[in-house]
Amino acid sequence: MSTQQATGVQRIADAFAGAHKRAALMPYVMAGFPTLAQSIAIGQACVHAGADLLELGVPYSDPLADGPVIHEAGTRALAAGANVGGVLEVARALSPSIPVVLMCYANIVFAPGATAFVQRLARTGACGLIVPDLPLEEAGEVRKACDDCGIALVPLVAPTTPRDRLDAIGASARGFLYTVSVVGTTGEREAMQDRFAEVVARAKASTEVPVALGFGISTPEQARQAADAGADGVIVGTRLVRAAGESQDPAGAVGALVAELAAGLAATDRRSAS
Amino acid sequence: MSADAIESLVEHHFGEYGGQFVPETLMPALAELELAWTRARADEGFRAQLNGLLRDFGGRPTPLYRAGRLSERLGRPVYLKREDLNHTGSHKLNNALGQVLLAKRMGKRRIIAETGAGQHGVATATVCALLDLECVVYMGVQDTRRQRPNVQRMELLGATVRPVDAGAKTLKEATSAAIRDWVTNVQSTHYVIGSAVGPAPYPSLVRDLQRVIGDEARAQILQAEGRLPARVVACVGGGSNAIGTFTAFLDDEHVELVGVEAGGEGIDTARHGAPLTVGGRAGILHGSRSAVMQDEEGQIVQAHSISAGLDYPGAGPQHAFLRDSGRAHYVAVPDEQALRAFKEVARLEGIIPALETAHALAWVLEQDDGELDLICLSGRGDKDLAEVLGSHTAP
Repeated sequence: MSTQQATGVQRIADAFAGAHKRAALMPYVMAGFPTLAQSIAIGQACVHAGADLLELGVPYSDPLADGPVIHEAGTRALAAGANVGGVLEVARALSPSIPVVLMCYANIVFAPGATAFVQRLARTGACGLIVPDLPLEEAGEVRKACDDCGIALVPLVAPTTPRDRLDAIGASARGFLYTVSVVGTTGEREAMQDRFAEVVARAKASTEVPVALGFGISTPEQARQAADAGADGVIVGTRLVRAAGESQDPAGAVGALVAELAAGLAATDRRSAS
Repeated sequence: MSADAIESLVEHHFGEYGGQFVPETLMPALAELELAWTRARADEGFRAQLNGLLRDFGGRPTPLYRAGRLSERLGRPVYLKREDLNHTGSHKLNNALGQVLLAKRMGKRRIIAETGAGQHGVATATVCALLDLECVVYMGVQDTRRQRPNVQRMELLGATVRPVDAGAKTLKEATSAAIRDWVTNVQSTHYVIGSAVGPAPYPSLVRDLQRVIGDEARAQILQAEGRLPARVVACVGGGSNAIGTFTAFLDDEHVELVGVEAGGEGIDTARHGAPLTVGGRAGILHGSRSAVMQDEEGQIVQAHSISAGLDYPGAGPQHAFLRDSGRAHYVAVPDEQALRAFKEVARLEGIIPALETAHALAWVLEQDDGELDLICLSGRGDKDLAEVLGSHTAP
């Protein structure tokens, strides 16, 4: 493997190691929502507000792992003309500032062929790929394509994943292990943090890579609880996408929320202003 | 031999098609379902219970009926496998009975389903009433309008109908909504998918539960005619009545198998539901790789058909495999032609077919060659009266 090929995986590892927080903060941004240009501005606002990595969503017609807020944002992004080329331009624009991990449904990855898709992604400078409907059994071709390009194929584990399966997925993980905190789709929820410790401990026992907790985390309080539970990273999506859809100033609104989340994860454990 | 030692007979792939493209949360549930089905199908008690219900509750076996005036018109014998005479009015009950019985055996208390034309929703609601299970049916808003009587039937049977307002508001969105419900409630809930689509083990499970159609029909035609049909014809949306009919004939190499898809406004337009006929690159929809209507970048596009049950941009993975292997072939019939066949068969035979089935009948009516046709009359058309009588197509 050449030095250049290792770049994506290494940048992700460095981002977790150098986060200077109790857990690395990874906001989710839907590319093309409300527009491609605004999603770049939102991503930059996340960087300035203290994000350590960025999950960049590709709008899709049939997002089975997503709740209504992200589904609706994807539908609106597509209606506004977002396409794969545009999404990859967002990745290219943001990658110099922050490690970008693309979140993309399987049919989009396979449409041009997995290898062609991943090579195109690697050329933007992006670091990783999450495919939420590509379980271990189906992931071989995409993982090989990613390994060949130095892109980290980040798998997901769920609370329903049994122990032996968790170990197999954990062993296959590149970059980090995306640990779904709840049984369900993406979306804001209340009071499920009592399960964080169990979910994180199971995940950490299965893998060498950092464990990032996501799905249903929306507040600084919940982010802090995820860190308390031992998560190496915290992913916040729906709350930010909702703000981007509701505000006249999407970048400003998302930036303010990310700053609160970053404060909530500060190593000194200061309470945020909110 | 212990139950654990029974080898799974469930195919995960049909050539390059099939697979399990779902969120990780569902993977253990798919494994649990496959194991439960593998055990149940080997269990004589389960089989006896299912067969008893198919007979006494469902009314099986359904007749194979020689359609006299159709045969006269076409100059060859035409037989109809009368799935419209199944309880609830379509072949969908075969699958719903099997899956809900299986779910109860697995200890699930809550059943969810998607429905397009409403026939699968009604069948599932019916079995849930029979077996005293909670039932939630997802249905596109567009379909709740055009299949109103079936919404009323489901509610009367005690099911909750959840209208789905996303996208084109038809079967694709209803299926996506059902899968999202399952992701959220997977521990308590079984998802009764209504067609031979979805992640493994569903395409195999649904086929195995529907193959009773073809198994009966094959024996019945041999008894009636002393020979096999030259052609076996069925409509294809997801393709459960078609695969259920075809399966018994797969090894009869001289029997031609024809699947009839929705041509909508024409397969040279974007408004149809004929992914198998049109061909093109395979895609992933609702958990499996198969023939899919999609754009160049892999976004799923909207299907169109006057028939809610065929208004779906995908098809079962085994159909894609049978197409590629040449064992079956797939054609499309447009809306108008299906409407004409709907009315014609009503007057010729005294049978009002479902609009879905009318596509298969329309294709057969158009063929002037052939020796002996067997058509799966997959359902009755009472549900379609408002749609047909409200349409402006000339009779």
